[in-house]
Amino acid sequence: MKIPKKVHDQILQHAKEGYPNEACGILAGPSADSAAYFFPMTNMDRSSISYFMDPREQLRVFKKIREMNIQMTGIFHSHVASEAVPSQKDVKLAFYPEVSYLIASLSNMEKPVLRSFKIGEKGVTEEEIIVQEGI
Amino acid sequence: MSEAAGTVNIKLNGKPNEIKAGMTVTDLLIKWRMRPELVTVEINENILQKLDYDTTQIKDGDKVEFIFYMGGGSGTERL
Repeated sequence: MKIPKKVHDQILQHAKEGYPNEACGILAGPSADSAAYFFPMTNMDRSSISYFMDPREQLRVFKKIREMNIQMTGIFHSHVASEAVPSQKDVKLAFYPEVSYLIASLSNMEKPVLRSFKIGEKGVTEEEIIVQEGI
Repeated sequence: MSEAAGTVNIKLNGKPNEIKAGMTVTDLLIKWRMRPELVTVEINENILQKLDYDTTQIKDGDKVEFIFYMGGGSGTERL
């Protein structure tokens, strides 16, 4: 997954701003391996151990993505006190196998970790994140 | 509408789609193997209540949006 540095920073900033609750968002880009745009979303659960996106907000972002002639490429959320790996719940509730699931761990707030996974019928596969400096 | 052919033309998640006339939201969810509790359905900019899925027929020209639940998290609630 290719992420411009600016977007990478936006994601982590959103995660920190959401702390102590989990934060979430949607990523989009011109191709399946691009996360050129980040849409911060509201965590309706307001919880430190779960997130749930507002469907109205989701619909608005999906339509915006269509208008921009790009595609949804990622679904982001943070884990505030655990590793940046999909939980059982993350796997069970992953209904978009074609996109990447990005998770940030804030267990070390000074050094947050962002990782990316594909979650599908074949299980969970980590994929490399390439942060594009200077973009 | 292609009444003779018994079909209606709709926009599904922004793309043109042809479905059988008279189908309800529930019929569509069954056709596409979507569990109603895991999706939000919007027709012509209005989000439907799940209780209305059985009785809401899709009409010619409708703009239908299906989105899946987006959630999860580090804990185990909501499973």
